[in-house]
Amino acid sequence: MLDYIKSYLTSNLTPGSAGNMFWAFVYIVVIFLGLSVAVIAMNWLERKILAHMQVRLGPMRVGPHGLLQPIADAIKLLLKEDIMPAEADGFVFWMAPIFVVLAAFTVFIVVPFGPTHAVTDMNIGVLFMLGVSSLSALGIVMAGWASNSHYPLIGALRSSAQMVSYEIAMGMAVISAVMMTSLNQQGTGTLSMIGIVQAQQAQGIWFIFKFFPLGLIAFFIFAVAMVAETNRAPFDLPEAESELTAGFHTEYSGFRWSLFFLAEYSAMIAVSSIAVTLWLGGWLRPFPNLLTGAKWDLFFFLFPGITFLFLAGMCFYSTVRMPKHPLFRIQTIGLAGFGVVLGLIGLILFIPAVRERVQDIYWFSMKVAAFMYLYIWYRGTFPRYRFDQLMKVGWKILLPMGLGVLILTAGVGLWPLIQQTIWNR
Amino acid sequence: MPDETKPPASSPPEAEPKPTADKTVPLGGVKATTSGSVQSEAKSGEPGGVPLPGTPPTPDPGLAPPPTSPPLKAGSAPAAAGTPTAAAGTPAAKPAAPAKPAAPVPTAWNSPMVAKLKAQFGSGMEALTYLGQNYMTVDRSLIPEILQVLHNDEQFDYCVDVTAGHYPQREKKEFDVIWILYSYARNERIRVKTQIGDGESIPSSVPIWPAANWLEREVYDMFGIKFDGHPDMKRILLPEGWKGHPLRKDYGILQQDNEWVQINLGIESGQ
Amino acid sequence: MTEPTSSLSHLDVEEREKPFLDANELVINMGPQHPATHGVLRVILRLDGEKVLGLECVIGYLHRGVEKIAENRTYAMFNPYVDRMDYVAAVSNGLGYCEAVEKLLGVEAPPRAQHVRVILTELNRLTSHQLWLGTHALDIGAITPLFYTFRDREEILKIFEKYCGARLTTHAFRIGGLQYETYDGFEKDVKNFLTFVAPKIDEYEELLTTNRIWVERTKGVGILSGQDCIALGVTGPVLRASGVKWDLRKAQPYANYKNFDFEIPVGQNGDTYDRYLVRMAEMRQSLRIIQQAVDALPEGPIMAKVPKVMKPPVGEVYHSIEAPKGELGYFIVSDGSTQPYRLRVRPPSFVNLQALDKMCRGQLVADVIAVIGTLDIVLGEVDR
Repeated sequence: MLDYIKSYLTSNLTPGSAGNMFWAFVYIVVIFLGLSVAVIAMNWLERKILAHMQVRLGPMRVGPHGLLQPIADAIKLLLKEDIMPAEADGFVFWMAPIFVVLAAFTVFIVVPFGPTHAVTDMNIGVLFMLGVSSLSALGIVMAGWASNSHYPLIGALRSSAQMVSYEIAMGMAVISAVMMTSLNQQGTGTLSMIGIVQAQQAQGIWFIFKFFPLGLIAFFIFAVAMVAETNRAPFDLPEAESELTAGFHTEYSGFRWSLFFLAEYSAMIAVSSIAVTLWLGGWLRPFPNLLTGAKWDLFFFLFPGITFLFLAGMCFYSTVRMPKHPLFRIQTIGLAGFGVVLGLIGLILFIPAVRERVQDIYWFSMKVAAFMYLYIWYRGTFPRYRFDQLMKVGWKILLPMGLGVLILTAGVGLWPLIQQTIWNR
Repeated sequence: MPDETKPPASSPPEAEPKPTADKTVPLGGVKATTSGSVQSEAKSGEPGGVPLPGTPPTPDPGLAPPPTSPPLKAGSAPAAAGTPTAAAGTPAAKPAAPAKPAAPVPTAWNSPMVAKLKAQFGSGMEALTYLGQNYMTVDRSLIPEILQVLHNDEQFDYCVDVTAGHYPQREKKEFDVIWILYSYARNERIRVKTQIGDGESIPSSVPIWPAANWLEREVYDMFGIKFDGHPDMKRILLPEGWKGHPLRKDYGILQQDNEWVQINLGIESGQ
Repeated sequence: MTEPTSSLSHLDVEEREKPFLDANELVINMGPQHPATHGVLRVILRLDGEKVLGLECVIGYLHRGVEKIAENRTYAMFNPYVDRMDYVAAVSNGLGYCEAVEKLLGVEAPPRAQHVRVILTELNRLTSHQLWLGTHALDIGAITPLFYTFRDREEILKIFEKYCGARLTTHAFRIGGLQYETYDGFEKDVKNFLTFVAPKIDEYEELLTTNRIWVERTKGVGILSGQDCIALGVTGPVLRASGVKWDLRKAQPYANYKNFDFEIPVGQNGDTYDRYLVRMAEMRQSLRIIQQAVDALPEGPIMAKVPKVMKPPVGEVYHSIEAPKGELGYFIVSDGSTQPYRLRVRPPSFVNLQALDKMCRGQLVADVIAVIGTLDIVLGEVDR
């Protein structure tokens, strides 16, 4: 048994590919926990960032700077009475949030946090991800239908129509990126998530810059479609608060509602992961080809530790600025302790062995975090689209653009071959 | 004390704005209705020397239509029979404000429009002005036509308000129904009043001004005056099953409250 | 403008009760508890999918019987009640009421009082428009402008608080003038506020005016032509956005608005976007008026000679002002006693809300929200 566990450590494959179920399970647990923590952190960050965009402070009372607010909220949600409308279809109502959460978490099986940091490396990774993540539309429709109420029904209808529409444009963009992998010197294309990143590494270019501006346009299409896919502002029509009160989850409360919440945020992280993998070089550090050399290597290697030290510094700065009042003593100590923890993590990250293992995850997470920030930023900036306008954007703008990019990518990619076969005959 | 109505004031409140349309109160013999013609007071210009309120409604820059502002040009056109007793007489009919100098009184409102309407409708209407505000009291039978004429021919295209008043001490004609009209083209505001009795209905003005829709519903809600031909004659502010019409003077606030408490809570109201 | 608007009346009278026999019709009850109905408005929507076939407003949830209360209060005692109607523009309500009673009494507020009244009323128009902008943008999905407008509205409310002790239901004016002399530094505060808020209005516009989504959501939504407006009795910015250049401050000047130089912004298309632009322009015009008024603030008494016990002579008077929402009228019948015999409030929100059905037919659910927001109703005033 021990040998079975140890045998993987020398492998340079993902646990799933290596067929090591123990490590696959460990990875699943780690990813599940990490994702939950990320959702909690995201909740806090969204409130704080949005608040600061809107000249207010956001949560400030529960814990220093409201750090414990998401935890308090989670406890509140768990303790809340679980209400099911009398006229609801009980089984479907019960199933819907589970369905959504399952769909949202399952996609992380193939998300490559590093060359070996994924549960498994499927050769149809991208397809799997798109397929599973679109299952969540089914869960939302179930929720809307089972609630037996008008607002959720309309929300669910909007949601299904929206997801179906944008999935097509999204698919076009994804295909163009996948095609780029096949246009490398070796001529091998791949749908595997790890393979796609490795293709970018091999070609020495992130796909966002490839065939400029084709890669950029495809990325843009994906970036718009993924916001629509996750029902976030400005495409948050299924849960448009001012129109449909809360959309498909109007009748949900307590823990069931929190599952929807969890699913929404993990879906955001999932689609951001796809975008990062396909266009932004996945776990690769910035400009791996341009900024080469030992000096640059060291510079980028220092990043993880410095980030955490910076966060620790922020904590200490805030600690100093805390009100000097006995009531705030515990909060001040807590904040300082949090800073110390962050600082220790930062110091640990300077250890070369740790750094080597973690830096891929670090870069991947940072890129995803940038997308998360964009999500928040959109929410603070844009009004909401109307339904017909949403459809118009999806079908009349993004889809033709996606098709065009697809054809052009194919054409540009084949150009050397065409030249060879026609002119050099 | 907060009980329903105020006792009717010593003199009927509508003492002087009353139209005398069909020989109602003769009002101390001051105003003799002379076959639908105007009866006006001599010193209509400065009634009792009280300065006009700061903003006479008419003098708009530029627009200044001819018909308004009779108080400034005293007795402009026909201006019949300036009986000095009129000025002296009317204030005497009023009980209020002993300290104040003689209060302003309504005077005849003369304008081409009024002349035209008089020619058309004869004795059924009377046009007066008070504090620079023009109004006409018309017979109930004239109501749809005169409003139609005001809208179509006289450009009163904006129905500001439809409201009513309740005067229980009046025989048979308990209610005033009042239309406040405005003309964008003439920048002029008038009021049209008519009197109807309890239980009578009155033709709706919604076909003339769609704006009157909710306003008439509110009048129905508050006074119980029905408007014939209204598309949706039902209560608007109060719930469907409400009893009574609150703005009538005989509506008992406390009685309603006590009843509700009795029925719904099963106790005596503490009020 | 002179043309009779028969087409509209036919629409309202005849089509209203036309039964919708389509089995696909969906009846949705929006409100009275709904985030976008600005209080307790209840709208019953008949939908075909997302398309609005017709709607009916159910109002009265906030009815307090203001007109009945007035009959049982003296003229001065009723003054605070009017603040509770349009509670976001309490000062305007008070101005209309005080002027109506003053007209009935035959007194006029002294010039200094008039100036202060204009300053406070225009500041109040600004708060009302700011609140409208914030909530309207929130309804359409932009959450940030709400906080910006509330941040700046706060400064006005501070001035109100310093002046009369109240922030919202101010009861700032008395019949015959003002109760309070302005506090020390009032003029400075107002001037500071003017310099403070002018760039802030640009900031709101930066967020919205050229925002593609905002423009798409508001352009061509809830169109109301000038004729429709007049026929439906709609007034205020909604009317002006439809191209009718009519503002009571110019048409029939009250207070001392005729002394001030300002413009009436008008729109062309009568859609939600134009109403937005008109209100934004009105905010700037209000700043202009305040600037002029505070620069020329005269010295002198603040209260006209008004008897302690007010007994207006027998008679009736209608007086209306340009409230932020439209024409706010008071029709007062006096029987010579200390209490009004009948007091009628002509609320702009109430009349404007009638246009909702006309504006929303054939639009989508999301547009209903936008239109309710753009009508700028306050339910306290609709229900009174």
